[in-house]
Amino acid sequence: MKLAKRLQSLMLGAGMLAVGMPAWAVVDSIGGPAVKQLNLAAPATKIAEEIYSLHTLVMLICLVIFVLVFGVMFYSILKHRKSLGHKPATFHESVAVEIAWTVVPFIIVIAMALPATKTVVAMKDTSNADLTIKATGMQWKWGYDYIKGEGAGISFLSSLSTPREQVGEPGIAPVGTRGDNYLIEVDNEVVVPVNKKVRIITTANDVIHGWAIPAFGVKQDAIPGFVRDTWFKSTKIGKFRGQCVELCGKEHAFMPIVVKVVSEADYTAWVQTKQKELAAKADDPNKVWTLDELKQRGEKVYNANCAACHKDSGAGGGANPALVGSSIVKGAKIDQVKLVLNGKNAMPAWNSMSDTEIAAVITYTRNSWGNKAEQNIVQPAEVLAARK
Amino acid sequence: MTTNTHVHGHDHAHDDHHPHGLERWFFATNHKDIGTLYMWFSLIMLMVGGLLAMFIRAELFQPGLQYFQPELFNQFTTMHGLIMVFGAIMPAFVGFANWMIPLQIGAADMAFARMNNFSFWLLPPAAILLAGSFLVPGGATAAGWTLYAPLSTQMGIGMDMGIFAMHIMGASSIMGSINIIVTILNMRAPGMTLMKMPMFVWTWLITAYLLIAVMPVLAGAITMTLTDRHFGTSFFNAAGGGDPVMYQHIFWFFGHPEVYIMILPAFGIVSQIIPAFARKQLFGYASMVYATSSIAILSFIVWAHHMFTTGMPVTAQLFFMYATMLIAIPTGVKVFNWIATMWQGSMTFETPMLFAVGFIFVFTMGGFTGLILAVTPIDIQLQDTYYVVAHFHYVLVAGSLFSLFAGFYYWSPKWTGHMYSEARGKFHFWSSLITFNITFFPMHFLGLAGMPRRYADYPAQFADFNLIASIGAFGFGLCQVYFLFFVVIPTIRGGAKAADKPWEAAEGLEWTVPSPAPFHTFETPPVVK
Repeated sequence: MKLAKRLQSLMLGAGMLAVGMPAWAVVDSIGGPAVKQLNLAAPATKIAEEIYSLHTLVMLICLVIFVLVFGVMFYSILKHRKSLGHKPATFHESVAVEIAWTVVPFIIVIAMALPATKTVVAMKDTSNADLTIKATGMQWKWGYDYIKGEGAGISFLSSLSTPREQVGEPGIAPVGTRGDNYLIEVDNEVVVPVNKKVRIITTANDVIHGWAIPAFGVKQDAIPGFVRDTWFKSTKIGKFRGQCVELCGKEHAFMPIVVKVVSEADYTAWVQTKQKELAAKADDPNKVWTLDELKQRGEKVYNANCAACHKDSGAGGGANPALVGSSIVKGAKIDQVKLVLNGKNAMPAWNSMSDTEIAAVITYTRNSWGNKAEQNIVQPAEVLAARK
Repeated sequence: MTTNTHVHGHDHAHDDHHPHGLERWFFATNHKDIGTLYMWFSLIMLMVGGLLAMFIRAELFQPGLQYFQPELFNQFTTMHGLIMVFGAIMPAFVGFANWMIPLQIGAADMAFARMNNFSFWLLPPAAILLAGSFLVPGGATAAGWTLYAPLSTQMGIGMDMGIFAMHIMGASSIMGSINIIVTILNMRAPGMTLMKMPMFVWTWLITAYLLIAVMPVLAGAITMTLTDRHFGTSFFNAAGGGDPVMYQHIFWFFGHPEVYIMILPAFGIVSQIIPAFARKQLFGYASMVYATSSIAILSFIVWAHHMFTTGMPVTAQLFFMYATMLIAIPTGVKVFNWIATMWQGSMTFETPMLFAVGFIFVFTMGGFTGLILAVTPIDIQLQDTYYVVAHFHYVLVAGSLFSLFAGFYYWSPKWTGHMYSEARGKFHFWSSLITFNITFFPMHFLGLAGMPRRYADYPAQFADFNLIASIGAFGFGLCQVYFLFFVVIPTIRGGAKAADKPWEAAEGLEWTVPSPAPFHTFETPPVVK
């Protein structure tokens, strides 16, 4: 007891000495680790809950075995000593005992494996996701592409937002006050809706990284040249933090992962702002373009998106109508803008393209392959107006 | 029998010529001298690897980067692992094998004396390559001791030096294993059947087969890494049609048997010490042999439990989970056997017994965390966190290293002719046990809370347990320096004269020869009843 107390005060002393310089009170990180956390993270998904209770179960079984086995050992250590005059017994080899201590552990192991199997199968079932996001590990940040579901097309990079001065360097003391989320905060968080199944596809650009959020019970290596997937369905709103878990070079400790789970309405709002932001970044819809500029840009857009069906020559084929001589292309431009935005029959809605791209591609079709429409130029602002 | 007579005659011819000085060590063909060389080598590497561990713990003492840039930190973690596994633990067991196997089976020497010399003298160049790689441009390899591709492809020339070092060490291990197998199978004293062999010999026989089976696999993996780096191949490069995960499969097909290579001889040492100090026969000799063999066989079909987060198919995850959990059964049989041996014994607790009992207690804790990690969903939560670091240090430090200490205290009277100081041995044991647990027990909590391993800096919430672990580590490091300077060296230099059989109830042929064991022993093979 005395020794334990002394040790404690020694550690306290050494601790204060060590942390003395940049003194700041550490509190629990919201969605990240707690100070002196002793157990797994508070689960935010059903899978994480299952893992949590599996761990508790296995831990309890181990504790019972521990107490039994070492109870016997320490009893023996205390009682069967030469100094107490204990005479050694001569027994050895007992088939019955040996069968017992082989069979009983076998049964215990099966008892552990059964519930675990159920969870493994559930963890691997990535089908029927509401939202699919590709996470790309790169030295040393994460890239995210929303591939399927609401928000498809959004993509951004996410890197550590803790200022490097706060980390310090050998010989250079850290500057500034570290926040509660030191090293587990990012500039662009992954936003997902609550209670929706989110499938994460992982891959990497350079070396293997690992995408993990403890509160979700998710950990999946991101392997260059290969795609792997995992999933989560958060039942809680809030931010959840994880870190890269596969050694990926010098900045391995500095590429965290933050997922922000929001309500469905908030998610829709976020998607809209994000899409607008992205479109705005791409092109200013209020810029007025010349005919040649639009035709040049339009040709690229056409070849990348339209030529697969309508052909390079605009001649179409099969179910795909020709654009050459088409009444829509030659007619009022507003009809064509609406058709491109909303789609028709086999043609998909192209509203995820920017206003400038749509304006350019329409202008291109109206001035190519012998088409000479009366209204021969569409400006991005007109497309923007048509969206409303 | 023919082999025995031959060795017998051969030794006589050399009796007059007793090598001295440098020649004795450089041209050593005597199993005892080579055993001593191995053990000194591993003790030096233990200090080097330990120093690297101190650097790691110093950097992790508090959040932020204080002493080392992350790239250097990664070199430390990588080299700490490589040096401890290939430089400290494995050669130490080979040293024990060299010293003890001929003495325990009543053979005059190892089967291939010159190959024995070669397999030792390959190690120092490998160690120089490893240590020297810190000085080349780009420094030592920083890809982790597992050297995962394609990170290993990005490394500088230090990586190539590491690959060559491991090739050399692998060749040394294979030669050592061949020597051990041939010695055990052909040179046992008349009457010593396989099922009469001491447990240490049995565990080494099985270990040697494991080594021969898996060292070439490692050599293959690192050779492919080498050709990927320099000769334009794409074994592990997806852009060229390769597969980075294939490296992990090959590596862990070596890597998992490798961890049993480092623990099976430890089981052997403990299985000899417990009966000696309980004054009671080993409870189930045959079942111990079968359990050791089962562990060795199972070790080949569990490798992918190191790779649950790479995204294997569900059937593979289930198979490797079940197979891994099975290992708990033979391991349990061993622990139960040791305790049944202690039960109703007449125990005394000299230092070898303390380390052996300490081994059972702390190693079993590592076994429990191993069982917990075998459960795939839990493993996925804990993979690549400090929980895994805690787990493998419980089995490798408290397991392998403690058994080596136990073996040292048990057999050093035979090696040196002197008794170590019991008080110092006990101090070494208790201080090591306590500081070990202060170092590694908090890492379980860090891992559960999600702190990833191989991190040069960490969120401030992890600070408290890291601080405790660092303090423990410095203490543990000092304990081993104490062991070297206050136990090993004084025991070699002097001390109470050891009896031929210093332990009342110890059994085995090694106790029938004088202490210290003369240069040549068992020139006439003893007869075992």
